[in-house]
Amino acid sequence: MADTIDVNGKQIAVDEEGYLANLNDWEPGVAEVMSKQDNIDLTDEHWDIIKFLREYYEEYQIAPAVRVLTKAVGKKMGKDKGNSKYLYSLFPYGPAKQACRFAGLPKPTGCV
Amino acid sequence: MSEIVKKFLYLNRKAPYGTIYAWEALEVILIGAAFDQEVSVLFLDDGVYQLTKGQDTSGIGMKNFSPTFRTLGDYEVKNVYVDRDSLAARGLTQDDLVQIAWEDFDTEEEVENIVEVIDTARVRELMDASDVVFSF
Amino acid sequence: MSILHTVNKSPFERTSLDSCLKFAQPGAAVLLIEDGVYAALTGTSAEDQVKDALNRVKIYVLGPDLKARGFAEGRLINGISVVDYAGFVDLAAENAKVQAWL
Repeated sequence: MADTIDVNGKQIAVDEEGYLANLNDWEPGVAEVMSKQDNIDLTDEHWDIIKFLREYYEEYQIAPAVRVLTKAVGKKMGKDKGNSKYLYSLFPYGPAKQACRFAGLPKPTGCV
Repeated sequence: MSEIVKKFLYLNRKAPYGTIYAWEALEVILIGAAFDQEVSVLFLDDGVYQLTKGQDTSGIGMKNFSPTFRTLGDYEVKNVYVDRDSLAARGLTQDDLVQIAWEDFDTEEEVENIVEVIDTARVRELMDASDVVFSF
Repeated sequence: MSILHTVNKSPFERTSLDSCLKFAQPGAAVLLIEDGVYAALTGTSAEDQVKDALNRVKIYVLGPDLKARGFAEGRLINGISVVDYAGFVDLAAENAKVQAWL
């Protein structure tokens, strides 16, 4: 069976790359646990992106590729945040891949 | 990235949900968008059913991917065509189809709906003008 | 005893519906499912064929498949009834056998 992560005593299933097996299992604690594993302290800036990704998925039913995420963030939150330098500073393993994982989304379409 | 820009045509001829073609085609289009080519997407025959408004798959246990078409603009796909005869044969009009907006983030140029219904002659020209055709 | 025929292919892509309607006995039931539901809509090039068949057979359409594809019941040809999954089971039970046109 797939791996699980422990979120406040609850066992939540993840796939072999660490993404949630079931999108509906997500809660903020999932992001807390995953970020701790990656040695990241989540700030408000991280949460803005995580929240943005969840809204994007809700509306379009896909996790955006990094290019699209960058553009969309820029449009919503301003050009100082809509660039890959800023996003990589928050999510060093890749803003789309890592942030999507924290947000409980599947791996973005177009990421290998 | 390649310096040579080719004209890609994605030809969609299958209804959604009954087979996996429609979803697979959409994934390929989204992945292919990373290569900065000039992309056109054409819906022909039963493929026009992919764009119908109001799809609700909650009763059949499948992912509803019709909202995902609305991101094509974000993926810099600016040309989405629907064959007029295919719509007519199915009793459909453009009003039955979703709208896809497009916006250039740099110039802020906006197009409210890039879905264009075209006749046979335009379809033919589109196929002729394409360097590569991906069929689904 | 009567037969319940199921058709799950689009009438614009396969001949499943043509053959089903040709061979179904008068009084038989035909249930359109999956991509077969497109045959139940008004204004299509298959409409005359379906209307003609309604004089001989009962035609049903599976509601969840119709809804998934974005069509409301108001788009159906008159005389076609919508059934849900329980209705599908009832139809299968009422008829002597089920014949699938794939």
